[in-house]
Amino acid sequence: MTDKFISIEGIAKRYPGASGATTTIFENLWLSMARGEFCCVIGHSGCGKTTVLNILAGLDAPSEGTVIVDGQSISGTSLDRAVIFQSHALLPWRTVLGNVAYAVSSKWRRWDRAKVKAHAQTFIDLVGLTGSEHKRPSELSGGMKQRVGIARALSITPKMMLMDEPFSALDALTRGTLQDEVRRICLETGQTAFMITHDVDEAIYLADKIFLMTNGPGAVLAEVVENPLPRDRGRTDLHRHPLYYALRNHIIDFLVTRSKTFTAETPDHDPRNVPMVHIGKPGLTIAASDEPRQTRIPGTSPGLTA
Amino acid sequence: MTSSLRLRAGLVSIVLLAAFLGIWHLATRSTAPVATMSPEYAKLMGLTATQGKSAMPGPIDVGAKLWEHLKRPFYDNGPNDKGLGIQLGYSIARVGTGYLLAVLVAIPLGFLIGMSPLLSKALDPFIQVLKPISPLAWMPLALYTIKDSSISAIFVIFICSIWPMLLNTVFGVASVRKEWINVARTLEVGTIRRAFTVILPAAAPTILTGMRISIGIAWLVIVAAEMLVGGTGIGYFVWNEWNNLSITNVIIAILLIGVVGMLLDQILARFTRMVTFPE
Repeated sequence: MTDKFISIEGIAKRYPGASGATTTIFENLWLSMARGEFCCVIGHSGCGKTTVLNILAGLDAPSEGTVIVDGQSISGTSLDRAVIFQSHALLPWRTVLGNVAYAVSSKWRRWDRAKVKAHAQTFIDLVGLTGSEHKRPSELSGGMKQRVGIARALSITPKMMLMDEPFSALDALTRGTLQDEVRRICLETGQTAFMITHDVDEAIYLADKIFLMTNGPGAVLAEVVENPLPRDRGRTDLHRHPLYYALRNHIIDFLVTRSKTFTAETPDHDPRNVPMVHIGKPGLTIAASDEPRQTRIPGTSPGLTA
Repeated sequence: MTSSLRLRAGLVSIVLLAAFLGIWHLATRSTAPVATMSPEYAKLMGLTATQGKSAMPGPIDVGAKLWEHLKRPFYDNGPNDKGLGIQLGYSIARVGTGYLLAVLVAIPLGFLIGMSPLLSKALDPFIQVLKPISPLAWMPLALYTIKDSSISAIFVIFICSIWPMLLNTVFGVASVRKEWINVARTLEVGTIRRAFTVILPAAAPTILTGMRISIGIAWLVIVAAEMLVGGTGIGYFVWNEWNNLSITNVIIAILLIGVVGMLLDQILARFTRMVTFPE
């Protein structure tokens, strides 16, 4: 990649622990994302995924290191980086329209009411909530609430979207529909997205790149897995792709066993050059020295079928 | 089902009221034997001794007297004989003034304390010491410094109604959900706008609950305060009628204090419902 739209450079997060000692959640973490890329982070609870997202959002500050977005080091929150919260975080005293309009009027403070309303309405329509504008969050189902959260995040036309397990509180059917919506919207608008998830299938369906993190404390970014599935993949025939199971098995193997043992087994792990895993594409190398090393997963071949 | 429950509850209430009035009536009937005595002595002794009438008025006496008061609530025959409407008006005006002053101080101050952990910790010992002081204990100090009994009463109302509002505002502001604050932060909402668009609506139910507790306490305290400062007000009326040995008027005053207190509470309850949001 030549375009580093987002670059996390050597960040660490430490908390003061008992008796003067400090607990390091993670340190020396490097990762980068290109413009328009959809990246998912997978790792067990406590590995600092949410902290990374909060640092990217500017809600939390790293103990060390910096985050560069679009060529500029970030300090604090920004309207360029919209967050979709796990608990949707809608303001319960405002209607659907009111919640989205609040974001719109925060970004464009000089707009008059009618303009704000019209702009908010476009995004409510986009997430398929037309007709529910005047309902309050308490009158909506979980999926509809999260749609409002998505509309609110999109309405400020951010440079990137940060999602902290946005669908984990939803039932499987609703989750599927919303994944489709998010994928469609991100593809249509060319949105850069960073998503935390626990759901391997969600990551495979949505992500272009999947970041695998080891267990905390002292978590590291172990691998970046490139999603070999075509960009126009569909939910229904996803599992028929020849590389689907190789990818899925690789991620699950990592989560089940390698996430615990990775640090001990890989003493020469270089956090600045995290290996890039190309499932089923052996031997692809890139000359530039500061780019991630290329590794190939043995036993995965393009001929593997479901 | 709910309407029938309401109907049945209403019926039970009426039955209980009737039973209470009945027992009251029976208990205050003339029962004692009438002693024979000289007419001059009888005049001095009053109806209790001559006709065996109980000193405690019965419900019919109270009802008749209440009707008389209700017919002329606003008469003014000098300092010791004013209509109940006027007396209640004085009390409500004092409570209203002291209470509004307390609102003006407690809510902004509570906001500051709630938003600043430093102020919260620094002011906590003062609040903890000042809060349990009986508001009437301030009365001598108020009378000495203010040198006006009426304003002193207002000060006492102010000091007693400030604490529940202050503490509830602090609590409400400090416990606004982190995620709502984070929404405002990611939207780059400034401090002032955040205070009015996120913290105030989120804390409003808690603040209003504090205001409701305060109005109750203020109404409790005004009666005692007016007994001390005298002159006007329902508390003064109670004490004056006790000095007149008019138990009937004391009972009527007690009843009206209860009714006004209930109305004040209901008004605040309505406001609380207006700002409460379902989650």
